[in-house]
Amino acid sequence: MVSLSLEQVGARYGRREILSDASVPAIPGGSLTALVGANAAGKSTLFRRIAGQMRGPGTVRLSGADPGELRYMPQDTAMSAALTVYESVILALKQGGSGWRLSAEDLAAVDGVLARFGIAHLAERQLPELSGGQRQAVSIAQTLVSRPRAVLMDEPTSALDLQRQYGILEALRRYAEETGAVMILALHDLNQVMRACRTTLALAQGRILAAGPTLEVLTPDLIRRLYGIDGRVERCSRGCPMLIVDGPAAA
Amino acid sequence: MSTAISDPPPAAGSYHRLVAQRLLILAGLAALLLLSVAVDVSLGPARYALPDVLRTILFPGAADLQMRVVIWDIRMPMALLAVTVGASLSLAGAQMQTILANPLASPFTLGLSAAASFGAALAMVLGVALVPAAIGLMVPVNAFAMAMAASLLIFGLSSLRGVTVETIVLLGIALVFSFNAALALLQYFASEQALSAVVFWTMGSLAKASWAKVGVTAAILALCTPLFARRAWALTAIRLGETRAAAMGVPVKRLRLEALVLVSLLAAVPVSFVGTIGFIGIVGPHVARLLLGEDQRFFLPGAMLSGAVILSATSVLSKALLPGAVLPIGIITALVGVPFFAALILTRGRKSW
Repeated sequence: MVSLSLEQVGARYGRREILSDASVPAIPGGSLTALVGANAAGKSTLFRRIAGQMRGPGTVRLSGADPGELRYMPQDTAMSAALTVYESVILALKQGGSGWRLSAEDLAAVDGVLARFGIAHLAERQLPELSGGQRQAVSIAQTLVSRPRAVLMDEPTSALDLQRQYGILEALRRYAEETGAVMILALHDLNQVMRACRTTLALAQGRILAAGPTLEVLTPDLIRRLYGIDGRVERCSRGCPMLIVDGPAAA
Repeated sequence: MSTAISDPPPAAGSYHRLVAQRLLILAGLAALLLLSVAVDVSLGPARYALPDVLRTILFPGAADLQMRVVIWDIRMPMALLAVTVGASLSLAGAQMQTILANPLASPFTLGLSAAASFGAALAMVLGVALVPAAIGLMVPVNAFAMAMAASLLIFGLSSLRGVTVETIVLLGIALVFSFNAALALLQYFASEQALSAVVFWTMGSLAKASWAKVGVTAAILALCTPLFARRAWALTAIRLGETRAAAMGVPVKRLRLEALVLVSLLAAVPVSFVGTIGFIGIVGPHVARLLLGEDQRFFLPGAMLSGAVILSATSVLSKALLPGAVLPIGIITALVGVPFFAALILTRGRKSW
């Protein structure tokens, strides 16, 4: 089984410290992990640091998988290249290799990932013609086509409608189950988090406030410290956990 | 009763069709290029029939001396220089647009042509040789030296921390204006004779073609093309955005610097041989992009072919428009090319550039 742990990981832009002393004991593979926190809490920086795009103190340890099997999906999904969806996914698959030839397995992998995320019908469309939500789905397909064993996704559902949010999260959860991959998703919707993610990391001002099973992490106190609002998790009539927001945190 | 559950047909099939279609387009461009070169060689003040011209090309030993000299020593170098220069400038423009994520990037818009013109004018007006050893080839060597200096400046600036592609493009534009102003100053003080030489040079011309120049430009193409080809996937990925490419493991910054060096070489040498031909570096890549998309496996040869076809066809036009006169090719590229180009981008309403 793959797992990912952080030991006193930090990162800075110039002099500004964005992330400090982030330690998380082994995040397990095989299920989804949420990374929650307010805007500018350092979520993207943490991802970029883990993905090796930024340097800094501390150690990122990936066990059970090669560092080359880690994929990071940035939040920005703007794509203006004159490529079809199909070509853009091939491209993600072939990075690292220099051969121009595509094998039958390559094409099967592309077909498979497009079908998995429900965008096979978009295969021949040009990237700039896509809607924001479609681009996001394509971006997810690009990230997972090489079947990575460690995946970091920055707000993978932010542009999707309700049905597709559900569908994509469900597909991601199945992917984690099948491959045993560590999958950390930065998400804002705590109801999504509680529904799909077994584990949650909470980040505020560049520090990890809590890490563990989702329902144990998302306490009213933590929600107040993360977002400055009063909120509580209640059970709906069918027993599923739901976040109720009461309003801005009382002083 | 059983229900047949059929998956949607895999998209691999339609992708195979797309690839076949693109190979066909590339073959078509190559055929067009051959045709254009053949017509180019057959046109000139001395009128020869196309079959005779082809026979002289294929069997030079059997042709009469005068025809052999005209075809092999005058027209062939011109026609082939149009091909190598067109391909080089278009490839340079294509990769500049790729690595700088800007549809306006080209050797012309980033100041390389303006720098070359200034270097050439230094030689023609003041007799200054930037490389003293090459005094016999003062004009092209000066032009090359200035163009390389300009691109090294851009290269140096873009390797600084925190310099974005927008900054690089803006600096390039600043270079254009600076070199143009310096050129204007030289022209202001130039003798009448030197002035006309400078003006003629900046119009761009294939008239001074030689087999040596064809050889040098072809050698540079042969050097740079495989280096770009090896990086085809990474270069294509850059067009998805810097962050995304980096997330795919592309060393964006290093790749950009490597490509800038190759692009400088590709642009500076042709410009120093033929003067300012501004249009090819922008239009060649755009035509290739419209026809073939931006998968570098097709875009790279496509940009070279379309640049070569455009310049070769322009060379034909520059001879055919005014019988008996060969107009400077730089003028024709802009004059005929711009309306064609405008029509092309306006009729193909695709959202990507």
